Amino acid sequence: MSASNAVMAAEGADRWLVREDLHAQPGTMLGFWLYLMSDCLIFACLFAMYGVVGHNYAAGPSPKDLFELPLVAVNTAMLLFSSITYGFAMIEMQRRRVNATIGWLAVTGLFGLAFVGIELYEFQHLIHEGAGPQRSAFLSAFFALVGTHGLHVSFGIVWLVTLVFQLKRWGLTDATRRRLACLSMFWHFLDLIWIGVFTYVYLMGVLR
Amino acid sequence: MSAADLHKASANAEFVHGHDEAHDDHHDDGIPHAAFKDYLIGFLLSVLLTAVPFWLVMADVLPSKHATTAIIVVFAIAQMLVHIVYFLHLDSRSQGGWNMLAAIFTVVLVVITIAGSLWVMFHMNDNMMPAMVHEMGTSP
Amino acid sequence: MTPASAEPRSELATLLFGRLSLDSIPYHEPIIVMTFLVAALAGTAVLAWITRARAWGWLWRDWICSIDHKKIGVMYMILGFVMLLRGFADAIMMRAQQAMAFGDAAGYLPPHHYDQIFTAHGVIMIFFVAMPFVTGLMNYIVPLQIGARDVAFPFLNNFSFWMTTAGALLVMLSLFVGEFATTGWLAFPPLSGADYSPGVGVDYYIWALQIAGVGTLLSGVNLIVTIVKMRAPGMTLMKMPVFTWTALCTNVLIVAAFPVLTAVLLLLGLDRTVGTNFFTNDFGGNPMMYVNMIWIWGHPEVYILILPLFGVFSEVVSTFAGKRLFGYTSMVYATVVITILSYLVWLHHFFTMGSGASVNSFFGITTMIISIPTGAKLFNWLFTMYRGRIRFELPMLWMMGFMFTFVVGGMTGVLLAVPPADFVLHNSLFLIAHFHNVIIGGVVFGVFAAVSYWYPKVFGYRLNVFWGKVSFWCWQIGFLFAFMPLYVLGLMGVTRRVSHFEDMSLQPFFVVAAFGAVLIGVGILASLIQFYVSYQRREQLRDVTGDPWDGRTLEWATSSPPPEYNFAFTPRVHDIDAWWDMKRGGYQRPTTGFLAIHMPKGTSAGIILAGISAVVGFALIWHIWWLAVASFASLVGFAIFHTFNLNRDFHIPADEVAHVESAHTRALAVNGA
Repeated sequence: MSASNAVMAAEGADRWLVREDLHAQPGTMLGFWLYLMSDCLIFACLFAMYGVVGHNYAAGPSPKDLFELPLVAVNTAMLLFSSITYGFAMIEMQRRRVNATIGWLAVTGLFGLAFVGIELYEFQHLIHEGAGPQRSAFLSAFFALVGTHGLHVSFGIVWLVTLVFQLKRWGLTDATRRRLACLSMFWHFLDLIWIGVFTYVYLMGVLR
Repeated sequence: MSAADLHKASANAEFVHGHDEAHDDHHDDGIPHAAFKDYLIGFLLSVLLTAVPFWLVMADVLPSKHATTAIIVVFAIAQMLVHIVYFLHLDSRSQGGWNMLAAIFTVVLVVITIAGSLWVMFHMNDNMMPAMVHEMGTSP
Repeated sequence: MTPASAEPRSELATLLFGRLSLDSIPYHEPIIVMTFLVAALAGTAVLAWITRARAWGWLWRDWICSIDHKKIGVMYMILGFVMLLRGFADAIMMRAQQAMAFGDAAGYLPPHHYDQIFTAHGVIMIFFVAMPFVTGLMNYIVPLQIGARDVAFPFLNNFSFWMTTAGALLVMLSLFVGEFATTGWLAFPPLSGADYSPGVGVDYYIWALQIAGVGTLLSGVNLIVTIVKMRAPGMTLMKMPVFTWTALCTNVLIVAAFPVLTAVLLLLGLDRTVGTNFFTNDFGGNPMMYVNMIWIWGHPEVYILILPLFGVFSEVVSTFAGKRLFGYTSMVYATVVITILSYLVWLHHFFTMGSGASVNSFFGITTMIISIPTGAKLFNWLFTMYRGRIRFELPMLWMMGFMFTFVVGGMTGVLLAVPPADFVLHNSLFLIAHFHNVIIGGVVFGVFAAVSYWYPKVFGYRLNVFWGKVSFWCWQIGFLFAFMPLYVLGLMGVTRRVSHFEDMSLQPFFVVAAFGAVLIGVGILASLIQFYVSYQRREQLRDVTGDPWDGRTLEWATSSPPPEYNFAFTPRVHDIDAWWDMKRGGYQRPTTGFLAIHMPKGTSAGIILAGISAVVGFALIWHIWWLAVASFASLVGFAIFHTFNLNRDFHIPADEVAHVESAHTRALAVNGA
């Protein structure tokens, strides 16, 4: 092939090909968002279940008999505080301060633990009173919805602890920053679901 | 090609993206930028939007249960929006609009799932077990 | 069946093995023992052959641990074919039983076994045949069509595949250890509740689907992100190939529908295991809520299965008519409209539940509306063929069979959409005929069209035409024989899932249907022969051009089979039919300037995680609590351990790329292309 031919071929090729090394855009944040959307639909089903059978007490206790709003208010506060402290962790991450990030993550994790602890106390109390998940369809739906949310929070805490170790080991790399951002979405998403839970299950339950 | 060249190539990724007609998303890693002010506003609004419903119900402020229910539902929706905007940083530009599109689609499906189930099951109970619906309507 | 043991079990045995005991193995049922022997022999033969060929290392490194979307796609297709054989075995057993069991003749299957068979047939065909086929096709083709080198999350892709396989494995295991559900493929309570199904069958069902469901969901997320983020420069949304469009909509449906299945199976599992009262008759439970929720998943699922095949037919028809697809834009909009509408029709599966006229008429009308975009697609395909130079290659044959069969199925579907008519036909064999009409005519014919269309791309040689035609005609004619009698029987009021009939006058119809099933069996055999014969004659059937059909989309721009990295240089797209445009626009293969290519690295984490998940599922099915806790803990532990592994990629050196590319360039030159 002569030199001029080669040049022409190269020009032709540029219409059809990217000659540089084209890096794919990272898709993790979008992918994780899509996962959250699907999780949102799991909760939608649990809400629908609660909506349909939530009045079926089977001659057992009703929300008014069971729910203690002061406890729920404290629990809600725990989750809300954990949201803002996670926000602070993200801001420290942007400032590239590893230790401050870890510190705020630890605070967030403690608030999360407090939330799960209070919820477990509530569950244990209900079961002790004979209002366990087997008692009526209302209670089954209640335990499924609130319990699934609680399991998500517990999983979030496990993830958070893992991330703290990874931050200690690697610092703020691309990978750890991406994971922090994903957990951030997960955490705030759970707080968002909780808004639905305390309004629809607890407050409207007591109002009935 | 040496490893150093490869690193140069990845440093040039931004330049390559400039040629990229299919994607107009210029975030380097897709992680939304968070501002302290956003979190603070979001937090204060959330506190307000949480505290008022609890207060309305716990202190039994309004005489009408329906009015209270309506208000706390409105507050809940408002608080969800606050969380979406200030904590989840969802806007129409993140991920080239795909996040927003997915969120809207999900909201539509959540509404269909919940409202549809309630509608369908209410009608079934109404037709097949009228006594139960009656009981439901009058139960305290 | 788990027969009650003669003596009560010791507490230690229950602690160690849960409900599992030697009695759980159905060695007293000769059919199952025979099946087990055949399966064991065949399995041993395969394992021995692999060992003799010293292929274990190759199998492990190049396939099992591979994160190459092409290999994972092929593995999905193999899973689909293997499970098709199992599902078809169930079908032919049912057809034989129904053709025999009249009057005094009881047939050869006890009712309990028969019930397991129709349940397994439905579950396997939908979840472990149709879904792997569809996912496999999308996995293989989508990255090639959009000019990408892999999917967005290659490891997740491998993990998804193994989760699907783990689910399939649990279903297969239920054949030999314990039993499968006897409830029908959607396991409606209260029949599937602990009171009426105390055995492990429904638990196998629940956990197999939960595990496979994780895989399906993750692969859905994966492919959406791939399509959104990794399209070649210039490929705007409205320049995406139609198959990629349908894949996008399908994966949106997967991500939006499968969580509903997860939730509803979770609740059923809680009812059975923990004793909650969601779907029980007592304590305020509501079994109809299960029916409602599972169909919120179930109807989108129908479109998850069919939409990608609509995409396949669009590619096939425009390729073999030698024309651009008629009405590309309307095709895209029709797909999107179907995606959204598929969430508004679920109640038509249970009009008879009794929600009343207002609810039923709403869902009847939405059902009729959803047939409109589907009809529009058919016209688009017809207009694409109109005045085209049609080549009747195998894929086109399947396409024609599809058009004929699917239209009939679609029309009987619209009949069923009329609530009063549905009250007569609900749960009858008319319904069975209808959905087989659309699933065989649409999904199965579509998969065969896709396999014969893309086979040369995947393996580098075309499929034998003669055996392909035998397969096609057996399927087409066999389908008519097998299902047309069921329409008649359904109109006469015969219901589904019946293992014995008193009315002798019905027998001829069932015999005809059984004959049809045998013909379909010959069709399946013919495709197996086709694969074998084509492999034997692969040198004559070799495709060196990479573009055997004069294709239009980017997958045909690569060699057959494509190199590991798909494209040495990412293509730039200017047209819907990007490769057609390149061929007409004077594109020349690059010969110099190759760069090293960044690729993800294979890993065994996927199969390990899926393997542990299968153990978790098994422990939960048999109530072996210590094992459930231990395996779940190790699952979480291993997942965390895997996140510490950052060594996930490597570079293919530029020399190697140049070497591979120049080999293909030389092959093209030799063949005068």
